[in-house]
Amino acid sequence: MSELYESQRTMRAMRKTALQRGVIAVLDVGTTKIGCLILRFDGIDRGEEGEGVGALAGQSGFRVIGSATTRSRGVEFGEIVSMPQAERAIRTALQSAQKLANVRVDHVIACFSGGTPRSYGVTGQVTVENQIISEQEIAQVMADCDIPDFGEGREVLHAQPVNFALDHRSGLSDPRGQIGQKLGTDIHMLTVEEKAIRDLAYCVKRCDLELAGVASSAYASGISALVEDELELGAACIDIGGGSAGVSIFLKKHMIYADTVRMGGEHITRDISMGLQVPMAVAERIKTRSGGLIATGMDDREMIEARSDTGDWERDRRVVSRSELIGIMRPRVEEILEDVRARLDVSGFDHLPSQQIVLTGGSSQIPGLDVLASRILGQQVRLGRPLRIHRLPQANSGPSCAGLVGLSLFAAHPQDEWWDFEMPTQRYPTRTLKRAVRWFKENW
Amino acid sequence: MSAMSDYRESRHDPAPSRWSYRLLRMMLTPFLRRLVFFGIPAFALAAGIGVYLSEQDNRDKLRMLYSEARLLLTQHPEVMVNLMAIEGASDMVDQDIREVLPVDFPISYFDIDLPQMREIIVGLDPVKDAVLQLSMGAGILQIEVTERVPAAIWRHRGGLELLDETGAYVRTVASRQDHQDLPLIAGIGADTRVKEALALLVAGQPLAKRIRGLVYVGARRWDVVLDNNQRLMLPEQGPIETLERIIALDQAEDLLSRDITVVDFRLVDRPTLRLVGRAMEDFRNITFLKLGDQ
Repeated sequence: MSELYESQRTMRAMRKTALQRGVIAVLDVGTTKIGCLILRFDGIDRGEEGEGVGALAGQSGFRVIGSATTRSRGVEFGEIVSMPQAERAIRTALQSAQKLANVRVDHVIACFSGGTPRSYGVTGQVTVENQIISEQEIAQVMADCDIPDFGEGREVLHAQPVNFALDHRSGLSDPRGQIGQKLGTDIHMLTVEEKAIRDLAYCVKRCDLELAGVASSAYASGISALVEDELELGAACIDIGGGSAGVSIFLKKHMIYADTVRMGGEHITRDISMGLQVPMAVAERIKTRSGGLIATGMDDREMIEARSDTGDWERDRRVVSRSELIGIMRPRVEEILEDVRARLDVSGFDHLPSQQIVLTGGSSQIPGLDVLASRILGQQVRLGRPLRIHRLPQANSGPSCAGLVGLSLFAAHPQDEWWDFEMPTQRYPTRTLKRAVRWFKENW
Repeated sequence: MSAMSDYRESRHDPAPSRWSYRLLRMMLTPFLRRLVFFGIPAFALAAGIGVYLSEQDNRDKLRMLYSEARLLLTQHPEVMVNLMAIEGASDMVDQDIREVLPVDFPISYFDIDLPQMREIIVGLDPVKDAVLQLSMGAGILQIEVTERVPAAIWRHRGGLELLDETGAYVRTVASRQDHQDLPLIAGIGADTRVKEALALLVAGQPLAKRIRGLVYVGARRWDVVLDNNQRLMLPEQGPIETLERIIALDQAEDLLSRDITVVDFRLVDRPTLRLVGRAMEDFRNITFLKLGDQ
């Protein structure tokens, strides 16, 4: 098991060195765009804490010094399909961000939505010998968790302890120092295809950078688009992006479920392109300029030019009504939302105390989506925008950059994961000196 | 349609090449950045200047250029001083000043050193003080001179000198006749005590017509010389009071109109009179007669 988390541990160490150096880049590899922010950690907001301000949900302490987005190439469904193209796209984003920041960055934290993420709930239980729970006991109970068989070629992306139980008390967030006999834990584990991580790591490495962390973009969007009470009481964040729609469910500030629907805005564009017989570029333009989901009588009269460049004048100068466009878009959006609904049902979202649903991502900007979503997903639906972070450019503060902002927050305040806890003594590799030191530490 | 065709399928890819990306990152490293944007240019500049200046010709050329530029600036008519106006000086002093000042008009404002010129002018003996100022519009150097006023004439081995009231040398004169109004003083070191001499003369006002001059004896005390070679020897301490005493004695007893050559008050407690030789005999005879009578 120790070799399983070796790469995660090294990434954590790298993140630490990057924070010491004060500059880190975050990279969101999406299907339509690749975004990059360069963050500087200088603790500027430390003084503002206290006067009822709080930690500002982790937004304080860093600022954005460089940002760039570029059209994505070689990425489909949030996965890299063409390494050279994706590498060039990532390089474009990183270069323009570094140029803007005027700073050389060596560490990058990346997120992606593909790789068919799967959630597992893992539990472990251990009998405590010396009554008071210390980190050693927590490490033991984590080591006790039985890893589900998630199959060949998959890797753990997140493994966050979301709950601790001591004897018959459950819902503890930090059991250290408490006294009990039986310590149990629940861990939410998210696995993705190993290939997706490996490809991303390879692209980043080709850009002469070190990967200091990987996150699921559904998770990142969740922490930026949900507000604090939603995180606490239970909410789902649906990040409808270009090639996939990420679903993440939060409860008690922990992600308890994540999944991806492999459909997104690009599929809507493709439908329009096929339905109206126009090129993809024109379809994208029509979608963003006059797209909608709720047809009214007015839309029958509103005519949209559907131009193409085949050379046939009669064909190239067609017009379609907006209702026709809505008629094309709506089934696809309904399909996406129904797929999301199915995922939520599977996850047991109905049993959460609060059933807030937050829609974010680039495709959440389609007019009428909130109305349609409330019919399919339930009444408590709102459109979410990412939190403001210090010096974030206006162009990057829309819902399409929720993942990017969430990743910045993740870089600043990562959740404790399995690999952040110490390994129990029994499982320690046979480095006798270190073991001896540990033994001394524990017994005195 | 360019905006439309700029969609994902477009062939145009704005990605930088791998090498340009690496170059950018290299240029963003702080050390290299400083080196390229400051270190190398500064070194190149210094090296270029050094190479250029290592040639003697270039150095001469630069020097010439500098002096030409300086000339152009300093010889501008607006900053030229054309003449010198001296006020408050007699002709002789005026001439002296014009002689000693090391300036040839027209001269540039930048070449004039007023404090130094003032020092030279004040260094002249007859000049007590001088105020120099430049009036730039007219291009005139104005000098206001305060001359020393002669207060006494001092006779010594070398001749006759005029002194002002502080004892400072004014000028040498050939003859006493030209300066009848000035009191005459004599003796080594008399020039250092002019003030005292003048005070004595003021005290000796009643004898003014008879006083020929004052002699400073032994560099410590004064003699007042009267017209018929009578001499009033004054003490070192309190000569003025003593002189007043003598004058009072004269007014009361006509002391000085008698046949006396010297009134010796060097020791105030023991004044002595010296009679003319003939008068001494007369005095003896008279005394003898008186004694004979008895």
